Amino acid sequence: MNLAYLVPLFPLVGFLINGLFRKQLSKQAVSVVGCGVLLASFILSLVLFFDIKAGGAGVRTYFDFINVADFKIPFAFQVDQLTAVFLLIITGVGSLIHIYSSAYMQEETPQHFARYFAYLNLFVFSMLLLVMGANFLIMFIGWEGVGLCSYLLIGYWFKNDTFNYAARKAFVMNRIGDLGFLIALFWILSKTGTLSYHELFTPDMLAKFSRADVTAITLLLFVGATGKSAQIPLYTWLPDAMAGPTPVSALIHAATMVTAGIYMIARSHLLYSLAPFTNEIIAIIGVATAVFAASIALRQNDIKKVLAYSTVSQLGYMFLGLGVGAYGGAVFHVMTHAFFKALLFLGAGSVIHAMGGQQDSRFMGGLKKFMPVTHITFLLACLAIAGVPPFSGFFSKDEILAAAYASSPVLYYLGVLGALFTAFYMFRIYAMTFLGKFRGTQEQAHHLHESPKAMTIPLSILAVLAVIAGFLGIPAIFAPHAHLLENFLSPVFSDLPAASETLSHQTEWMLMLVTTVLVIATIIWAWKKYADYQKSEQQETGLSKVLANKWYVDEIYDGLIVNPVMKFSNFLKNVIDKTFIDGIVNGVGRFVQYSSRQIRLVQSGQVGGYILMMVLSLVVLFVIFWNQAYILTFIHWIFK
Amino acid sequence: MPIQYYIALAVTLFSIGVVGVLIRRNAIIVFMCIELMLNAANLLLVAFSKTHTATTGLPLAGIDGQIFVFFIMVVAAAEVSVGLAIIVMMYRNTHSVDIDFLNRLKN
Amino acid sequence: MGIAAILFWILSALTIFSAIMILVSKNPVHSVLWLIATFFAISGHYILLNAQFLAIVNIIVYAGAIMVLFLFVIMLMNLDARTETRKNLWMKLAGVISGGMLLWILISVVRTYAEQTKGHPDMAVLNTGTIGLIKPLGKVLFTQYALPFELCSILFLSAMVGAVVIGKKN
Repeated sequence: MNLAYLVPLFPLVGFLINGLFRKQLSKQAVSVVGCGVLLASFILSLVLFFDIKAGGAGVRTYFDFINVADFKIPFAFQVDQLTAVFLLIITGVGSLIHIYSSAYMQEETPQHFARYFAYLNLFVFSMLLLVMGANFLIMFIGWEGVGLCSYLLIGYWFKNDTFNYAARKAFVMNRIGDLGFLIALFWILSKTGTLSYHELFTPDMLAKFSRADVTAITLLLFVGATGKSAQIPLYTWLPDAMAGPTPVSALIHAATMVTAGIYMIARSHLLYSLAPFTNEIIAIIGVATAVFAASIALRQNDIKKVLAYSTVSQLGYMFLGLGVGAYGGAVFHVMTHAFFKALLFLGAGSVIHAMGGQQDSRFMGGLKKFMPVTHITFLLACLAIAGVPPFSGFFSKDEILAAAYASSPVLYYLGVLGALFTAFYMFRIYAMTFLGKFRGTQEQAHHLHESPKAMTIPLSILAVLAVIAGFLGIPAIFAPHAHLLENFLSPVFSDLPAASETLSHQTEWMLMLVTTVLVIATIIWAWKKYADYQKSEQQETGLSKVLANKWYVDEIYDGLIVNPVMKFSNFLKNVIDKTFIDGIVNGVGRFVQYSSRQIRLVQSGQVGGYILMMVLSLVVLFVIFWNQAYILTFIHWIFK
Repeated sequence: MPIQYYIALAVTLFSIGVVGVLIRRNAIIVFMCIELMLNAANLLLVAFSKTHTATTGLPLAGIDGQIFVFFIMVVAAAEVSVGLAIIVMMYRNTHSVDIDFLNRLKN
Repeated sequence: MGIAAILFWILSALTIFSAIMILVSKNPVHSVLWLIATFFAISGHYILLNAQFLAIVNIIVYAGAIMVLFLFVIMLMNLDARTETRKNLWMKLAGVISGGMLLWILISVVRTYAEQTKGHPDMAVLNTGTIGLIKPLGKVLFTQYALPFELCSILFLSAMVGAVVIGKKN
């Protein structure tokens, strides 16, 4: 189907309309445009999905993006199974979040409301470009576009300095990753001369890479992924990115943008399959991030911070999946995570909305009876993320953990530890928010209300998805050939070598059982512990203090990187710039002044002196030209 | 006569003119030296015109050179009349024909 | 060596000698006279090259009119050796050296050229040829070069006006 280009075009049109006419349009018109284009994209994506399912995958080339001599990069879209899955996630979850936003952002003035939707549409456009591009360059355009939109939306309330700093931090962190990504692109380009997937990922082209090339390129690409997908060591921007409006956190910093790194690695899985070393690194960093971020989330009280660290942790699982070669599992987890994490964020947004901007769960509690829909959906999402069967998170996480066990049991144990952390912090925050007695102010208690329909309907839809999405990927042990997603994606990943070790069904059953029992035990423990949470003035001590302070990572970064760089910049500014650079500039000026004052004396006003100079110059000229035999040539030319 | 002798002669005359302009301070002598240089050029033109006739073999080839000499003389005459008028003027104002006296260009 | 060649050498020596004497003479009147001698010698060269018209014009216009004008001006100002101001020695030396360098370099060019055309030099034809005669020159002058010729009259007119305006007492 040749309508593929319409999918990203609709959000672009929406961006242009909302962006250019933000002063003229009413809020209603903005919502209609903003949500309408997304719905249109979603419907097109569905059509595209069925088209691909019927065998319509392929590359659509539209025009030459760069065409210099024999260097050519076409503007083309790759429409295949992997793209289709991401398209559905982006436009589907995106539509729901747009609808949710139209209610959530109601308090903004029309102009800023339109600005918000313009950014959101631009984001979706960039994201679609990222997943649809048929070569790394188009992907990079989208990659940068989503980074920009992330920056704009984190700093959406630009009058608050802290938010601006958070936006800047996100931008700079992303830029560090982007540098790696860019270098990898240039490396690929210099080796093969093409960035198009369908040309690059062929045995002939891949044979042009040496082992070192592949390792370096994949590592550099992974650096890009750690920036965009918030992995150790570049994850610290994501928790701070919660400064943006909550729907933004749901869409960009949970469901879609942060999965760009996973998409990119899944897309270049053939390269990665050639680099076992990189895969090990990815798996280690993935599992480390999963456990590390989850441990931080254990002691956070800000509901959005918990979700942010949870996102980082879940992304870690996805990378773990990628690292151990479970590409299908990683994509599966991207999908289920998109549902339940968007749901969690939107639920949190609903709570924050009701609490009048309060985000600290210590001042919440007992919201169960005030906001039934939010409560139920949030609970379902918690069960999903904790990995309780038969909710979606169970299937996707189990698939990754099983693959990790097949690769190395240590990865599995750490993964399970992270999963237990996840169950604990999710139910801790759930219990603190919805159970017990209300701990907020009187004023807030009066104000409590269930959110409007535009917010609860997306919540309900997402809740249904979060519950049932797991059945798209039923493991083979329950029913052979029931893993619909894997079957659907198989054309994309079929070129991979088959996994060398497969687990016996017995082991798999056992693993599943152990995890489930442990998770449920943790949930019960957390529920008991925090159901009647009371504020205590007691200072936290020991490990919990370290956790509450996020392992002091921000402080360590400040001390190790930010401050030395700042000092070095100051040194450059005060010493190098002021003495050397200014010295050179002023020195040139002073030299010219001095020498002109001296040369001025040559202008004696004596005509004789001038003529003397003229004659001497003539002589010099003659000598120069005669030596070059110009004169002789000239004379010969005359008398030829 | 080989043309290089004429070139050498003209070059010598020209250089003498240059030296004269450089070493004399009397404006009239300087002026005369300029005339000398003009004449060196004229001599060379005539010599070249004759050479041209010889090398091409055409009876009227090179006549342009002599016409040019004629025009140079015309221009020189006009130049001399104006130049001398200026020198007279200068003498009347400063009672000197010393060119170094005219260093007003300095300011 | 034919008579023409002998005449050439004599005239050349005369030309250079009188040219040098222009510079050396202290009295401006003597300089003018030496310049006239130079012009006569150059006219001799013209005759040798069979450029009779130019030779005559040279004598009439240069040696006759222009030089007389010079003499008038010099006598008008009553210049002689006593009124002559001298340049300082260093300036003179610098002038001579730089002029000498110019001569040297130009002569070197000519000599290189002469060596390259050794055996078959380009010749300036002496004593023969019609192009220097009045009739062919006049024909060309009044046909092909009629416009520049007429323009010369305008030049003269403007020079005359200029001279009168400059020479007028304020």
